[in-house]
Formats: sequence, C-alpha cells, structure tokens
Amino acid sequence: MKRIIGFLIVLTLVWACSSDSDSEVTEVVNPVDEVSFERSAMLINWADNIIIPSYEAFSSDLEILVSSFNTFKEDASEVNLVELRSSWVNAYISYQNVAMYEIGPAETVGFQLNMNIYPTNTDNIDEFITTDTYDLSLSSNRSSKGFPALDYLLNGLGEDDAAILAFYNGDDKDTLFTFTEDVLLDMKTLTGTVLTGWKDGYRDTFVANDGASSTASVDRMVNDYIFYFEKYLRAGKMGIPLGVFSGSTLAQNVEGYFDATISNDLFLEGLNAVQDFFNGKHFNSGTEGESLASYLDALNTVKDGEDLSSLINAQFNTARVMVQDLAAFREEIENNSTPTAMFLAYDEVQKAVPMLKVDMVSAMSISIDFVDADGD
Amino acid sequence: MKSIIDTYIKAPVEAAPLAVFRILFGLMMLLSIIRFWAYGWIDKFYLQPKFFFSYYGFEWVKPIGEFTYLIFIVCAISAMLVVLGYRYKLAIIVFFLSFTYIELMDKTTYLNHYYFISLLSFLLIFLPANAYFSLDARRNSKKAFQYIPSWTINSIKLLLGIVYFYAGLAKLNSDWLLKAMPLKIWLPSKFDTPLIGSLLGEEWVHYAFSWSGALFDLCIPFLLLNKKTRTFAFVIVVLFHVLTRVLFPIGVFPFVMIISAMIFFDVSIHSKIIGFISKLFKIDSSSFNTGKVFKQIPTFKVKMKYGILALFFCLQLILPFRYLLYPGELFWTEEGYRFSWRVMLMEKTGYAQFKIVNGDTGRWFYVNNSDFLTPIQEKQMAFQPDFILEYAHFLKEHFENDGHENVQVYVDCQVSLNGRLSTTYIDPTIDLTKEEESFLHKNWITPFKDEIKGI
Repeated sequence: MKRIIGFLIVLTLVWACSSDSDSEVTEVVNPVDEVSFERSAMLINWADNIIIPSYEAFSSDLEILVSSFNTFKEDASEVNLVELRSSWVNAYISYQNVAMYEIGPAETVGFQLNMNIYPTNTDNIDEFITTDTYDLSLSSNRSSKGFPALDYLLNGLGEDDAAILAFYNGDDKDTLFTFTEDVLLDMKTLTGTVLTGWKDGYRDTFVANDGASSTASVDRMVNDYIFYFEKYLRAGKMGIPLGVFSGSTLAQNVEGYFDATISNDLFLEGLNAVQDFFNGKHFNSGTEGESLASYLDALNTVKDGEDLSSLINAQFNTARVMVQDLAAFREEIENNSTPTAMFLAYDEVQKAVPMLKVDMVSAMSISIDFVDADGD
Repeated sequence: MKSIIDTYIKAPVEAAPLAVFRILFGLMMLLSIIRFWAYGWIDKFYLQPKFFFSYYGFEWVKPIGEFTYLIFIVCAISAMLVVLGYRYKLAIIVFFLSFTYIELMDKTTYLNHYYFISLLSFLLIFLPANAYFSLDARRNSKKAFQYIPSWTINSIKLLLGIVYFYAGLAKLNSDWLLKAMPLKIWLPSKFDTPLIGSLLGEEWVHYAFSWSGALFDLCIPFLLLNKKTRTFAFVIVVLFHVLTRVLFPIGVFPFVMIISAMIFFDVSIHSKIIGFISKLFKIDSSSFNTGKVFKQIPTFKVKMKYGILALFFCLQLILPFRYLLYPGELFWTEEGYRFSWRVMLMEKTGYAQFKIVNGDTGRWFYVNNSDFLTPIQEKQMAFQPDFILEYAHFLKEHFENDGHENVQVYVDCQVSLNGRLSTTYIDPTIDLTKEEESFLHKNWITPFKDEIKGI
C-alpha cells in the first residue's frame, strides 16, 4: 500500500512540475498575481536600443574630434583650437553615455581605465613630449592618456589661448602634435574594438545569457551599473574632489579640471544616461522598452510593496536639480572653504545608492557572487 | 518508562546502520572539501581578505596564511580515515576540530549546514561507529561488535529531528506564512529552472512552497520514525532536497540531509549497502558478523560521556529559543539568530557607509569598504550588527595606526528585510568605537518599524 501511495505522490509531483509545458492554452487564474517578465526582452532592449547606439554615437563624435584635430594640425590657429576644444567637449559628453557599460568587450580592453583616468599625470605627459618616448599601451600610462590628457593638452598647457598656441607653434610642436594624435588614435582604436566586439558576437552572447545567476547578463549588468553609479558617478565625479573619502578637498581631481567649466555637464550627462538606462529609454529617442524600472514594476504586481521605480526616479530627479543649481565643481570647491551646496547635492546623489544597492538588488534577487548561502 | 529506556537506549541493535552512516558521512565531507578547494574558495575566503570577522570569544581563530591549505588537507585526510574506520576515534576528533576551526575562521561564510556538520561530528566522537565494517574492527577483534546499544543510532535521529523540527518552527511567522516572504522574492528570479521555471512567478506557487516547506520540516522527523510512513517520507525528503538544490545555492547540504535521513531505515537496507560495497571492493564482510554485543561498564569515564551527551542535547533544545531573552524583532536585530536552524527565512540586504570623525576637530571622511572587505564580506557585514561593530573597531585601529587621532566611527546603514523598503538600521549618532561586543542587547540598533508575528 505505502509503495502505491509513494508512487502516486511522485507521479503527482512530476505531473505538477511538468504540466506547464502544455499549459499554454489553459487559463491564467489571475494575471495580476503573477510575475511575468522576460529578462531576454530587457537584454535585447539594452543591447539594441541603448548600448550599441550609444557606442555608435560616441564613435562618430570621436571621428569628429579626430578630424577637428587634423584641421588644427594643419593650421594651429586660435579658431581651430576653439573648434577642436568644442569637438573634445562633445566627445567627452558623448562618452558619458557609454562609460557605465564596462562589460564584455569593454571589460576585456579595460575601456573605462584607458579612456578616462583623472587627474591626469601632467609630469608624465610633459616628459613624453620632451623625450618623444612613450608607450600608451602600458597600464602604468593609463593616467597619461584619454580624455583627461586631452584636457591638459588643449586647456592646461598655458594660461590662455595665446600661451597654449605658443606650444603648438613652438620648438616641441612636432612631438606635441604626434603625442596628441597618438592619444586620439589610442582612443579611436579602443572604441572601435569595443563597438566591433558588440556587433560581431558579443551582442548575441549577451542576449542569450538570460538566466539568473551571478554570471548571467542581467546580474552582471546590474552589478556593473551600480558599481558605475557608486564609484564613478558619485565618488569619481563628486565625492573624491569634495574630499568625502580623504577629509580635505581635492580640486585637481575634478573631471575636466583644466577646462574648469564642463565638470557639471559631464556629471549631468552621466546621470541622465544612468536614469535613461534605468527606464529603458532608447538612445536619443523618447521611446521606452523593457528595463530595470519595468522589471521592478512587474515584480511589484505580486509583492505589493512600495513603488520602488518611482522612488528611484524621484531621487535621480532631486539629485539632478541640486547639481544643476551648482556652479562648476572646480569653482565650488576652490571658492568655498566648505563647499556646503555641493555637499548637499552629493548627499542627494548618495541617497540613490542604497535604493539601488539594497532595495532594487533585493527585489530582483541579484546575486553578487557565486557562493553557498542559506539565506541569512 | 523503564521499557522506553530499554527500547530506545539500552536495547542492542545491529551496528550496520551506524557503519553505513559513518562511511557516507565521511565521503560527503571528503567531497565537499574537494569541491570547496576546486572552486578556489580557500584562497578567496581565507587568503585574499585582509580582515576576518570572528565569532565572539573566538577572536584567536584566524586563517594561517598559506598553511590554511594544510588545515583543509588534515580535514580531508581525517574524513577519509572516518570512511575507512581506521583509528576512528582519533580521526573523528581531528575532523571535528579541523572542520570547526575552518568554520570559526570567518563568520562571513556562516551556514547552518556547516554548524550541523560540526555538531554531528562532535556527536560521532562518542559513538562506536567503527564497531562494524571498519579497519579498526578488522585489525582488532576486541573492537569489533555486531550489535550496539540503540541510543547510539537514536542520538543521530534525535539530532536530525531537532534540525528539521526547529527549522519548521522558525517558519511559523507572519512573513513566511501570510506574505510568502522571502520565497515571493526568490522564486520569480528562478524563472530559468527547467520544467517548473514558468510556474515560479505565480503567487499561489509562492504560498504553496511556503506552507508545504513549513509542514515538511515539522512533520518529517515523525514520518521518518514511523515504520508505516518511512518509505513515503524518504521519497519526500529526496524530492524536497533535490528541489531546494535546484532552486537555491545551498551547495552539498541537500545531499548531506538525504544521506543522513537514511539512518532511519532498518538494518536490511544497510546490510544491502554493505553487501554492495563488499562486492565492489572484494571485502569479506561476513567476518564482521561476530554476534558480539557492545556493552560499556559504567565507569566514571563512561558516565561522564553520557553526561556530556545529555548536556549537548539539552543545549540543542534550548539554544534556538535564546532569542526570547532579547527585546525587538529577531529577524531585524539577529540577536540569537544563528545556531538555531533558521534557514532561508530572510531576504535581507544592507548598505553601510562608515564615517571616520576626528573627535577633536570634527573633521571627517567616509570609508571605502572595498579597501578592506571582499564583496561577500561587505554584503554580509552591511546587515548584521555584530559584523558592523567588529568592522567599526577594526577601522578605528586601522586609522589610528595611520596616524589619525581621536578616531570616532559612525555608520549610515540602510537595511531592507523581506521586501520592505530599506530603513535606517543603526543609530547614526552613535560612536561605535564606544560600544563593545557582548551577549547583551545592542541598544544602538534602530527598532524595527514593522511587526513580524510568530515564533
């Protein structure tokens, strides 16, 4: 008898477990009480409508920067310098839209670390130009290239345009042009590698890895996304220059230090990119697709908890308004003995971190690493 | 009463089940050590971190650099000797000590099943698991017995029963039963599970899993004890643990429990297993059937042993209830949470930002946790008060060694529990360096804003 009961139980369980395969036609009891969210649809939206278009836009802005440089190289005039600078600002802002995707081909080449390490090492750069010997592929030279190096080369060589132009028309002009060109080419090569990597293969790998584990695309992307927000946007662009990790302000650590005015724009563009990614907004368009926000909403239909996606969006908006009201970061830090307004703005940026890192990660059950756990 | 003592404690029973248990337990341990090593976890958990979280009173237990591998080797060898039943007593003592040492090195990796293994190996020290089908019994006929007193096997059943039943009791709370939390968070994320994946997003499934999980834990010891329901119960045990293995990252624990539950079967199955092993390795197992009965003269030493075991089980019964001595919500404060078979009960996540303040000048800065902690340590630290306190003291010491003076440590800590929106966890105005670890209630934990009813 007991064998029969046991057998029946097993049979029932097997049936209960497998019946879903042919249950497409059966009615859904109550669609509200079900989490139905396709992670793969979100991955496709990320890859095709956000990530790849962002890299494409950045890549073409970088092309424009290179061509402005070529014009300047032929005629190192003030007009051409101003033009070159404006192309540099455009590309730098455009870069903020791709900086957070340190995954796949970008992770392989260390894109972030090669494009935008600041403060830039001006002593190194000066030496490179004087000696004309350098190897930009060395990891030790990462802080002597990329956008911050260009910042120094275009804005920091002299006090004003005349002084800067004097360098480009002076004794070292050949090595100076060569070095600047090499920095640009290095950036162009890296960007090309990443974009090609996404288009030739990684996009499909990324989209296909739609499971749930610490190595699945969603889990990895969310970890990278939060890491970017916490370390690069919050700490790198605001916290470190403010001195919140060192106890005293470090104005020279402001992004775009020599330009002195664009740091806020770079931050705000980064924040916009972060928020647009959160909402699944297609690059350069008003359309929204599956996203972290819609995922949270889908989970909430069952959990019946707080409207987390709205809370996170509201926090992003508050932070944006606070930063918009600030003077340029360098000015805020250098002109105030205690940059109170910037501290307050930083606090609002900071408040989004636990929302992402605690509430969102917890709601989505994102794993940070592979390890045995029994839930405590 | 006397008959109960006679049946469950004194009556001689076949030694084969205990011998099979010894072999399978040892094998599982050996495999889990190999698995741990193969994943590179020794390096990752015990060599890479700069700082280790200690259990209160065991601050002296630390990884010993490269020699930590040696502890694992010792542990693996002793597990192998347990399988063989060679110098069993020494082997199981060494296993218990080395395994427990490993677990005490860093409480970041605390798992209830590691604790279970420590307890079980402690219990095994006192059991004559080498009396039958072991090298010890083969080498020395004085140590060979075919029958052992029934308490030896029943004590393992009791320990298993406590684990299941207490795990079931812990589930009798409003979050688990009425909100289906945390399964409501965890199950939808397992949508890629073969066969059942698409069901896991449905709310009724979350409730079904919660309720049947609680029922399973509460009933299974009794169903396993009863001869009539035993086979059925074992099938359920296997299904349950395989399912948890598929759904959750709980390593080898499900298999340990499945193998342990085999102890409930009577001797015929164990004899078959021994027959199978004998055939496989061409061992003459009939020589172990000596017909001898293991009996101990109640000397002082033996009485001591019984005393220790009685105390051990009393402690096991009481320890999970120690949380009643603390005010506040157990899931929130975690005071009395560990060592109580509270498994898979909470989805708890935290974020802790530490502020180092110079007490004289008021100058301050934030700590970058990743400078000192691995991602897993940081994750575990951010929602457990004892971790937060220990880390705060470490930070004070570190920055004082760096030349900072009058170091005060404050924390801004936000914690989310079972889907509730994150709230402030630790009083941000408290200088943690002034607080000391103890068994007393930590009054600097911000009280829980909600209520969880139940045991």
